Amino acid sequence: MKTNACVSSLAEVSLESAKWKLKFISAYFRRKDANAALLSNFEVFQLLTDLKQQRKESGKNKQSSGQQNLNTIMYETLKYISKTPCRYQSPETVKDFLVAMKGHKLTKAEKLQLLNHRPVTAVEIQLMVEESEERLTEEQIESLLQTVTSILPGDPEEQRRDSEMATEDKGDQV
Amino acid sequence: MFVLVEMTDTVRIPPWQFERKLNESIAEELNKKLANKVVYNVGLCICLYDITKLEDSYIFPGDGASHTKVHFRYVVFHPFLDEILIGQIKSCSQDGVHVSLGFFDDIVIPPESLQQPAKFDEAEQVWVWEYETEEGAHDLYMDTGEEIRFRVVDETFVDTSPTGPSSAEASTSNATEEVQKKEAPYTLVGSISEPGLGLLSWWTNS
Repeated sequence: MKTNACVSSLAEVSLESAKWKLKFISAYFRRKDANAALLSNFEVFQLLTDLKQQRKESGKNKQSSGQQNLNTIMYETLKYISKTPCRYQSPETVKDFLVAMKGHKLTKAEKLQLLNHRPVTAVEIQLMVEESEERLTEEQIESLLQTVTSILPGDPEEQRRDSEMATEDKGDQV
Repeated sequence: MFVLVEMTDTVRIPPWQFERKLNESIAEELNKKLANKVVYNVGLCICLYDITKLEDSYIFPGDGASHTKVHFRYVVFHPFLDEILIGQIKSCSQDGVHVSLGFFDDIVIPPESLQQPAKFDEAEQVWVWEYETEEGAHDLYMDTGEEIRFRVVDETFVDTSPTGPSSAEASTSNATEEVQKKEAPYTLVGSISEPGLGLLSWWTNS
């Protein structure tokens, strides 16, 4: 009878561990504003590269049987994020960007999208900013584009090509 | 695209791992349990962000392993409604265009959310946007492997946890005839019916 009691308490323990309580830090799905727990692609990129570095350093003596899922998801996510503009970003650029965005009155979700995608055309801005025709005039959209492209680094090759073309034009004018 | 989710769970550490630091064992167990898995109504779990609180570890009679209640934060892929994402076209079918992000595959853009007018080319199995200009109609093909910008309009979570044994008659009829259709636990529905959405090559001004 004592053994029965042990077995039943063990069953309770395993049931307890089988369900875990989930708590969102803030609002649920439908509210895309004021979601304090949003992560930018850059933060996830940093986290995954650091994790990869750590795992490489600690050597391959760990059993990789259970780690396959983690390896797969890390590899795929890093591959995806590396193709986005956030690979050129640094914590300073992100901070400068957020400071510069203060004047434009955008929601958190909109700023996050601008940070992740680095739009270069007005069409993209209209996609990411809700009701942009009513909230932003054309000059404001232009200045927003200017801020985004100047603060957030883009593809260095493209930027070199653009600056080369600019100097060529200057040469023609003179 | 990614959110941080606070979770609580009890982690079991077997005795042969007692020599390792507790935090490391717990981090490894949590990643083993959750990485690359979809949690119902939460999203696709990527990796552990940090451990916020460790409660006392207990050893229960009959099991030599230690059980620790852990409060931690996990990085989860869960795009918010109306978010713009860029993915690759995986394939096209009558149901629409299937898009993949590499780490997440179950995104579909149904035919009514494509740039209109669109038609399905049966021969090549691709969707085509019949773009009209003054010169005439251009056929813009949505080929596999092309990068596509789309907006998330809906998400569906399906509980794929195993149910109990089905009733006697259901099992005898199903067993031989059909294979149980495997439902993806988390699917996204996208839309490209706005200016700026669709293949990136359609909107770049070079």
